[in-house]
Amino acid sequence: MIKKFFESLIEKAIFISGITAIAIVVLIFIFLLKESVYFFLNNNLAEILFGMDWYPISEPPKFGFLPLILGSVLVTVGAIVIAVPVGLAAAIYISEVAPGWFKEILKTGIELLAAIPSIVLGFVGIVVLAPFIRNLFNLPSGLTAFAGSIMLAFMAMPTIVSIIEDAINSVPKSYREGSLALGATHLQTIRRVILPAASSGIMAAVMLGIGRVIGETMAVLMVTGNAAIMPTSILQPVRTLTATIAAEMGEVIQGSMHYYALFGIGFVLFVITFFINLAADMFLHRKKS
Amino acid sequence: MKNAIEVKDLDFYYGKFKALSKVNIDVRRNEITALIGPSGCGKSTFLRCLNRMNDLIPGIKAEGSIKVEGVEINNGTTDLVDLRKKVGMVFQRPNPFPLSIFENVAFGPKIHRMAKGDELKDIVKSSLQKVLLWDEFKDKLNKNALSLTLEQQQRLCIARLVAVRPDILLMDEPCSALDPVAIQKIEDLMRFLKKDYTIIIVTHNMQQAARVSDRTGFFLLGELIEFSETDKIFTAPSDKRTEEYITGRYG
Repeated sequence: MIKKFFESLIEKAIFISGITAIAIVVLIFIFLLKESVYFFLNNNLAEILFGMDWYPISEPPKFGFLPLILGSVLVTVGAIVIAVPVGLAAAIYISEVAPGWFKEILKTGIELLAAIPSIVLGFVGIVVLAPFIRNLFNLPSGLTAFAGSIMLAFMAMPTIVSIIEDAINSVPKSYREGSLALGATHLQTIRRVILPAASSGIMAAVMLGIGRVIGETMAVLMVTGNAAIMPTSILQPVRTLTATIAAEMGEVIQGSMHYYALFGIGFVLFVITFFINLAADMFLHRKKS
Repeated sequence: MKNAIEVKDLDFYYGKFKALSKVNIDVRRNEITALIGPSGCGKSTFLRCLNRMNDLIPGIKAEGSIKVEGVEINNGTTDLVDLRKKVGMVFQRPNPFPLSIFENVAFGPKIHRMAKGDELKDIVKSSLQKVLLWDEFKDKLNKNALSLTLEQQQRLCIARLVAVRPDILLMDEPCSALDPVAIQKIEDLMRFLKKDYTIIIVTHNMQQAARVSDRTGFFLLGELIEFSETDKIFTAPSDKRTEEYITGRYG
């Protein structure tokens, strides 16, 4: 009798924990929506999404998201272009080539890379990377989209490497044997059998990498220069969506249109990351079915 | 020369464990040779010595002489790509690549740069004809190989081998994942392929050895106990242990 009572109590506790997690997500979404709907209703949507000027405190204020969206896109594309080839090569090396003991060292190293706080990476970016880029390209300042891309590539790399490595490891051994038994070399086997078989996992890794990069704030805030202008080159300071919220939320007058505009940015960011995660999920799911 | 494979005094070790001991066997060309024996007797290990698939396992050592078509292959200078082209292998579970039927068969010719374009299509066609899949799938070559039945997949795996023009086919329990009707079909296929290839089949199924093979070898605890004509092994084995195994005393 008592046992039964405890069982049902524990069941309920687990149920409440589970529901709470979902409820919190829903509440956050409602809050974000509520605050941003006010902004979207009181401004011209086309002017917001395609406006090229972000002057939130001038008179009259201009809330063009485009420079911020493009800033985020530019930094993200740059980071992915760097992180995916390097990450793919690293994952192939770790899972296919490296000897056992070295494999463990590399895996631990990459996990440690994920453990570095982003502010520390940002700090390294300011002190080491930015001067290097400034000298290399002979720029007035090294705090550019390019610097942000490199920093973010480092941050996305652990996610990308470990997911691709998992994908490669889950390719059935029989494919590898079949290929080698046909006289294929190790490299041919990797390129023609293992990578195609792992392709959905690789796509998921790329998507999750993008999700990681586009949502990152601290490091980009520190190294991208934060100029909310239309980017024309990757060697230019840019301002991302995330950095805008982080930089301006502290000073904004609560209840002003600027305040709601920042929530609008948050909503746009939420929509972008939602679809990226959805895509990643679809790729991962396709692999299983 | 009548023999496709000649093995002399082959010892094989996994680390310190001796898996094969003084194996001597001559495999005749265009015959089906069956290797039987209880689990862990070394028959699969032996088969994998012939195309050096054991090399994938760290810590192995093979001592002795293995000649394929008169050429020693159990030494450091053997070109494994050439060897595996010549000596193909069919596995226990059908393992087509997750590609189309065409790409599966074209895989070997492509990696060995044997052909492209129309010539490649001809190879794919003749290979699929050889395993009797062509008529059914000639219009569906883009179908994913994983959507075929297990028996068709196993045929496809044989077609994939045939496409690289091997001399010898090693089959490692090729029917253990198949149902009885499919087994019969694969066995028919083996008899059909015998005129062009030397076939060595490892099987758990003694009846299968009796049905398809010309010669049978019986392995026990890493030793080749007896090797002779299949009829003789199954009707008048000369070793007591062989007799006990085929009459079901153990294994």
